Formats: sequence, C-alpha cells, structure tokens
Amino acid sequence: MKAPTIKNDILVMLIFSAVILSMPIWLEPLGASYPDLLQKFAIFGIFAVGYNILFGLTGYLSFGHAAFLGVGSYTAVWSFKLLTMNIFPAIIFSVLLSGLFALLIGFITLRRSGIYFSILTLAFAQMFYNLAYSVLTPITNGETGLQLARTDPRVIDRLFSEAGEGLPSTDFFGLAMSGYSGFYVCAIILIVAFFISQRIFHSPFGIKLRAIKSNQTRMKYTGYSTRPYLLTAFVISGMYAGLAGGLMAATDPLAGAERMQWTASGEVVLMTILGGVGTLIGPMLGVGIIKYFENIFSALNEQGLHQAYSFMPDWLSNILVPMTSPFVGEGWHLTLGALFVFIVVFLPGGIMEGIDMIKKLFSKKSSEPDFEPIEKKTTPESGK
Amino acid sequence: MSNIILEIDNVQKSFGGLKALSDLNLKIEEGKVHAIIGPNGAGKSTMLNVCIGQLAPDSGTVTFNGENMIGKAPHEINQAGISRVFQTPEIFPDLSLLQNVMIPAFARQEGAFKMNIFRSLSNENNIQDEACQILEDIGLIEQIHSIAGSLSRGDKRRLELAMCLVQHPKLLLLDEPTAGMARHDTNKTIDLLMKIKEGGMTKIIIEHDMHVVFSVADHISVLAQGTIIASGTPDEIRGNPKVQEAYLGGAHL
Repeated sequence: MKAPTIKNDILVMLIFSAVILSMPIWLEPLGASYPDLLQKFAIFGIFAVGYNILFGLTGYLSFGHAAFLGVGSYTAVWSFKLLTMNIFPAIIFSVLLSGLFALLIGFITLRRSGIYFSILTLAFAQMFYNLAYSVLTPITNGETGLQLARTDPRVIDRLFSEAGEGLPSTDFFGLAMSGYSGFYVCAIILIVAFFISQRIFHSPFGIKLRAIKSNQTRMKYTGYSTRPYLLTAFVISGMYAGLAGGLMAATDPLAGAERMQWTASGEVVLMTILGGVGTLIGPMLGVGIIKYFENIFSALNEQGLHQAYSFMPDWLSNILVPMTSPFVGEGWHLTLGALFVFIVVFLPGGIMEGIDMIKKLFSKKSSEPDFEPIEKKTTPESGK
Repeated sequence: MSNIILEIDNVQKSFGGLKALSDLNLKIEEGKVHAIIGPNGAGKSTMLNVCIGQLAPDSGTVTFNGENMIGKAPHEINQAGISRVFQTPEIFPDLSLLQNVMIPAFARQEGAFKMNIFRSLSNENNIQDEACQILEDIGLIEQIHSIAGSLSRGDKRRLELAMCLVQHPKLLLLDEPTAGMARHDTNKTIDLLMKIKEGGMTKIIIEHDMHVVFSVADHISVLAQGTIIASGTPDEIRGNPKVQEAYLGGAHL
C-alpha cells in the first residue's frame, strides 16, 4: 500500500497511451481490429472509467448510469441538428447537460445508501427511459430515435457553406469521425479521461472517497461533510457517462432510448466488477473482454470453430466442436455468464486481483523481498 | 479557576420508557483530564453520544467553548474541536495506517469539504510527516503501510487514538480506551495518555479500569442512573461513601 509516486503515475500513463493508441496493431491477430469495435472499446472505456470513480472509490452502486449516457447522446444529436456537425460543441454540451442531470439525480438519490441508493438510481433511469418513449417524444423522437435530417438548421455550418446533397457526416475540425480517424479521436479523449481519473484516484479527494467507502461513520466524526464528496463523485461519473454518450452519437449520429435501458446500466457494472472494482486499469479490461465477447464470440459459428480447431486431428475436433458450439454465436452470453460467475466466486477483486496474485507468485519465486523496509527516524520506544 | 470548556446543562434523554440521562449537569475545565466512572448502563456512552451529535437530547444544552452544540451535525462538532475515540474502534479498515492518520489531518487543514482533485497525494509532505510523527509516538510506525483492518484490536484502538490526536482537538473524548487490552498494553496506553496530557489537551475519559482512572485523572465524576452523583478529585472520590455505596459496592480502594 505504498503511496504511488508521480514518476510511477507518468509511467502508467505512458504505457496506457501506447497500448490504447496501438490497439489497431495488436488487436489484428485477435480479429478485433476494425474501426467500429475499436471505437466501442474507447467509448465504453470512458464510460467504465468514469463509473469506477463513483462505484470503485465510494462503493455507491448506481444502477442508473445509462440515463446519463442517453442524455449525452440526445444532446449531441441535437447539437448536430441545430449547430454544427463538428463534435466539439456536441461533446461539451453532452458533458455539461449530463453533469446537470447528475447533480439533480444525485442530490435526491444520495440521501440513501446501499441497496436503497441502487434502487433509486434504477428508478430514475427507468423513468428517463419511459419518458423518452412517451412524453418527451418531441425531443427524443420516440421509438424511431433521434436522427439527422437534411433540412436541419445547423446554424454554424450554414455560416460557412450551403447545405450539401445527402446527410452530412460528423467530424472533429475536419477529421472524419468514422473509420480509424474516429477511433483515434475517441482514443485520445479516453487517454485524457483516464488521466483525470488517475489524478482523482491519487488526490486527497480520492483518498477521502475511499475512506467514505471504508467507514462513512468515522468520516462524519472526523469532521467531513460526506454528502458533497459523494455528490461530486456522482456528478463527475455522470459527466463521464455523458461524454461517452456524446461520443456514441458522434461516431453514429443516432440516439435511441434503448441506450438508457437498465441492461445498459447493468453492463457497465459488469465491466467494472469483471475488471476489478476500484482499480485504475480494471474497468478498461472489463470493457475489452465484454465488448470482445459481444462482437467476436457472437459472430463465431460451427464453421468458424472447425477452422479454429483445424490444427487438431479430425476425431478430436469432431468431439470438441459440438461441445463448444453452445458457447459461441448466439450462446456468447453463456460464456460471459460462466466467466462472470468464475470471477465473482474465485476472484472477487476482478481480473486485476488475478494479475496481482500472479505478480506475487513471481516475486516470491525470484526470492527478492517484495516489500521495502521503511526508514525509521528513531527507534520506536520499547515497552517499558 | 480555569475556563470551562464544555458545559452540559440539564440534559435529558430517554429511549422509550428508559431514562438514560436525567438532569445531567457537568462542567469540564480546560486542560484537565476528567474521568467519568459509573456502573454499566449509567449513561456514560449516551452522554458522549450527545456531546458529539450522534444523539439529540430530549432537552437541555451542551455548550462547547461558549457555543451551543445541540442540533449541529457531527462533522460541525468535530470541526469545532471535539474528537472521539469510540468504544469499538472506528477506523478505515481498507486503508493503510498512514492514510488512516492522514485523513483526519486533512480534515483539520482543509475543513469539511474541499475538492482538490488535481493535487497529488504524494506531494502532501507536511501532512505525511505529521502523520508519521504521531504514528511513531504511538508505536505503530513499523506497520505504516499495512492495512488497518489487519491490526489486532489493541492496535486498532491505538490507531484510532492517533487519528484523533493528529487533529489536535480542543477536547478529546475517550470511551474506554483500554477495554479488552492486556495489562501490558494498558500500561502503554496510560503512558501515552500521560504524555499527551502535558500538551494541555482537555480530555474526558470513560473507563472501568480504576487503575487507569486513578493514574491519569485530575478530576472524577461518578455517573449513576443518568445523573452525576459525585464529583471531585481522585482523593475525594476515593473517600466518598456515597460512591463506594453506589458504584464500588462498598469495597475499599
């Protein structure tokens, strides 16, 4: 539990940036190196990293963060419709508006803790979801979802050019938001988001959030007003969710209410737990695994399995294919479920706990002491 | 006669039909160690709970440094200068010892809320040094990076004491600081309490162990059935027949 040093933090940042930016290269052999999926990795990464600031640090399990994702998406699409196809104002508005909603919802829901907090947030998210389908149809366009139209005003764009034929596409100051350039924009935003999360984790503010998780009663009798701390964490994570929602709309300018369904809120909880709650990198790993399963495993079929087992003798692959086929294709949920059960039962700290265990195993083998003796200023007084 | 730092005036508190505190009056002098003794269920812990805002009394006032404390939130009372060591240790079990002590130090320096998300914890050298100093005084310096939840019960109590001391409170409330400790640890705690006594910090100490009480207290009050039945110097209390009757069961000390 040594306090992380600044040098260490910079090193982690550099490695993280390198790994994220080189994703198109090292995901190639895994068959996951196409822009759509890469963008999803980055966007859900932002969502999960932000969610972890609330759930990982304070322990408050929100089941309604998809609502902020939805708010971010709708805001971004409206910005594309009314102002400009540049994503810059869109994501700024997404973050601000979802932050505002988070402030409002957090103010009410943080009066309770534990399961009551979870249920309150879930109730709010479901309320948003149903409102989007009913009363708020003028804003959300109901079941069809909010889409771009050629006749949209786009005031800022009109200042520079006439409306072209067909639907315009989103860009970041001229950089197209589709394809690899879209991924790189998302990746750089993810790196910035990760950096901010790292700062929060290693700030006095972050350690106080951890202390609230550890013993909120003690916090109160230690002179802290805990509610503003929780509310700040809630708003920050809501803004992250809004940013992710805005980017979803930026890469695919369409906002639908299904983005706010409770399953979307549940997904980010799963990602965080799978990777490791309260660790910096964990949520990112969770995102990678779940999105990989969702997009790659779900596309595998029996033929694909035969190909994968082609190095084995025929009789073995003939046995293995029927055995494993329920776990791929439509059955990818089964694999994910089994993996989730395994993780929660054996590694409650998520994949990061597993990595720590492996690290310890190796450091023991190398017979070096894995602790640094601390310098003593003076010898502690011995009991008399 | 020195200043009165804490004044409990006519405090009443009932739980259902049970009167936990009735007409409780107590004045605590600044800079003194004031021990509260009394049989189980006399209302000692209830009294402390009222002082720190954990319980609201049915009537009466608690005045600290000339300011009424009734109706204030626990964190406001702490910020006013009252820290408490609980009967069962209230620490941050998931954090390291150093962090456990740094957090109360931040509370004193930064107040009830501060959003410093871009300050690095490893740059807080002053707070860290101060926390190390306290942990050294209390004899836990060697375990500074271990997780507080893994400490023994006695060490947890000492850690909690360190967490309170680092705040330099004007008034420190100790609820049975040596309960469940071995004699050796009890003696160490007495030494520690004597050492911090020199700092001039006012303390209220609730204790069953008479050895501890008569070692550290300047003044003793006896609480029975929710009210103070006797108050005085240790010698006066020792000789008071009423106390011996009510609390000590006639045994001579």
